Amino acid sequence: MKALRRLPIHVVILIAAVFVLLPFIYGILGGFKDNAQLSTNPIGLPSPWVPSNFTDVFGAGNFWRQLVNSTYIAIVTTVLLVALAALAAFAFARLNFRGREFYYVLFTIGLMFPFTVAVLPLFVLLRTVGLLDNPLGVILPQVAYGLPITVIILRSFFRAIPREVEEAATIDGCTAYGFFWRVLLPMARPALATVTVLAVVASWNNFLLPLLIFTDPNQMTLPLGVQQFQGLYSSDYAKILAYVTCSMVPALLFFSVAERQLISGLTAGATKG
Amino acid sequence: MTGPDTRPALTETLSSPRRRERGRGPLTAFGFLLPALVLFVVLVLGPVLLSVYFSFYKWNGLGGLPQNFIGFDNFTRLWNSDIFQGDLRHGGILLLLSLCLQLPFSLGIAVLLNQKIRGRAFYRLLFFIPYILSEAVTGVLFTLVMSPDIGLANTLLRDLGLPEWTWLSEPSSVLFSLFLVISWKYFGFHTIIYLAGLQGIPKELQEAARIDGAGNWEVFRHVTLPLLAPTIRISVFLSVIGSIQLFDLVYIMTGGGPAHSSETMAVSMVDYGVRRTQVGYSSAISVVMFLISLLFALGYQRFVMRRDLEGATTTTGNLR
Repeated sequence: MKALRRLPIHVVILIAAVFVLLPFIYGILGGFKDNAQLSTNPIGLPSPWVPSNFTDVFGAGNFWRQLVNSTYIAIVTTVLLVALAALAAFAFARLNFRGREFYYVLFTIGLMFPFTVAVLPLFVLLRTVGLLDNPLGVILPQVAYGLPITVIILRSFFRAIPREVEEAATIDGCTAYGFFWRVLLPMARPALATVTVLAVVASWNNFLLPLLIFTDPNQMTLPLGVQQFQGLYSSDYAKILAYVTCSMVPALLFFSVAERQLISGLTAGATKG
Repeated sequence: MTGPDTRPALTETLSSPRRRERGRGPLTAFGFLLPALVLFVVLVLGPVLLSVYFSFYKWNGLGGLPQNFIGFDNFTRLWNSDIFQGDLRHGGILLLLSLCLQLPFSLGIAVLLNQKIRGRAFYRLLFFIPYILSEAVTGVLFTLVMSPDIGLANTLLRDLGLPEWTWLSEPSSVLFSLFLVISWKYFGFHTIIYLAGLQGIPKELQEAARIDGAGNWEVFRHVTLPLLAPTIRISVFLSVIGSIQLFDLVYIMTGGGPAHSSETMAVSMVDYGVRRTQVGYSSAISVVMFLISLLFALGYQRFVMRRDLEGATTTTGNLR
């Protein structure tokens, strides 16, 4: 009886699951088909399996270069962002100085407007200083736009660490910097993990900024590469699907490692406001 | 805001030079703050101010500073532009669809997943996965899914004996198709947020209501929903901000077409600013986008989320 009452629930969830899964199945299996198979048999298993789409993607070299570029940009962005944000969050949470609240509000204002709003003047600015087709032209703005949310998360975490810990450290001869580096940062490891994961994902998925900054194919990141590849092979669906599948893999791998930090970071940010 | 526990540290700093050497003074503070502050001012606040400045000029973006001051002409041109009015309409339609269909759907799924059902962890994970893909990958994948002849969507419709649909190729269907993709990518994110909110509601309250004779719907309507309101307000906020700046998916899937029928503000801005090199006019678009998001954010926080924010401040206050 109870099982019967629950049947509609399962049906609804199953429909949602099929809705989510179908495009994935189409994409992943589609990469192993040729275009004739794709039109007659879009979601069934390939017969025969056609590996040439994938070997073409791996052989051409663009994919690997874009993978390296994306990784490099994500790592440098994240290291810079977390370092700068941690220093600033420490000042906001633990030090007294004139204008502290003013500067903090200044940072939080950054949360209110979307990145897209400033991307055009940013493009003009970066062109003027010659940072087009330079990874720094993507890295530095990504760091700057990541600062507000990262500073807010880290500040609230730093504030939660008891005053007594700081006093003990000071009595043991720690300077502000020593306390920050040797006590606070190790204690804040969970928060640092969360902001790191959020920063990596944001950088990895960024499309608009690399689109404006990079015209040199050797500089392009994966999201840009996928879009360019689609333009190049517009009628060869199977090959595009292979490329799409390949560029999903790193994100999925990263997610499988960092799932807990990502979800807790997002839900904490959203439920706390 | 200065806590009573930190104030003594400041006076000590000022009165004892030895303490200052130990690094608690204002100079130290600025040492910590400065790198972030410089980057933020130059690359976040600076460009926003620059776009205000550019928006008063007719300028192709090249060669030193703009010279040709034209006052509010860019804005009047914007106001009268069919394309821009379309941008606003398309953003509004997509937002309305998200608020009326996607968010209730996410909430429904969250309520279902909040019960003890088999495979709950799997579904939660599955629904969240589209969120971690880039919009670029999602866009390219769905361009193929929705392509007219051999795309997945129409092939499935044919196999089921249903008529084909025009998806992205007709102005009448393109917005709804985009909405489906947006929902595919983001409903799981909202579901996860709602689930976190639901798990924060004490079970005792719902049980008490049941003992008082409330049915499933009444418990949901009068206990769960009000207690979930702060979470819902956040998720609405994120949806609105997201639809104001919608770019990647639209740019990749339709480029704003056919015939500007799916163009958004951000797509127009990039089109005018980069392809047509009308940087002044394009800056006017970003100024309007900025004003819309600013007014919305301020208004929303002032009138809708005020109670939540007060709650949040007291919580962090208690944490100290």
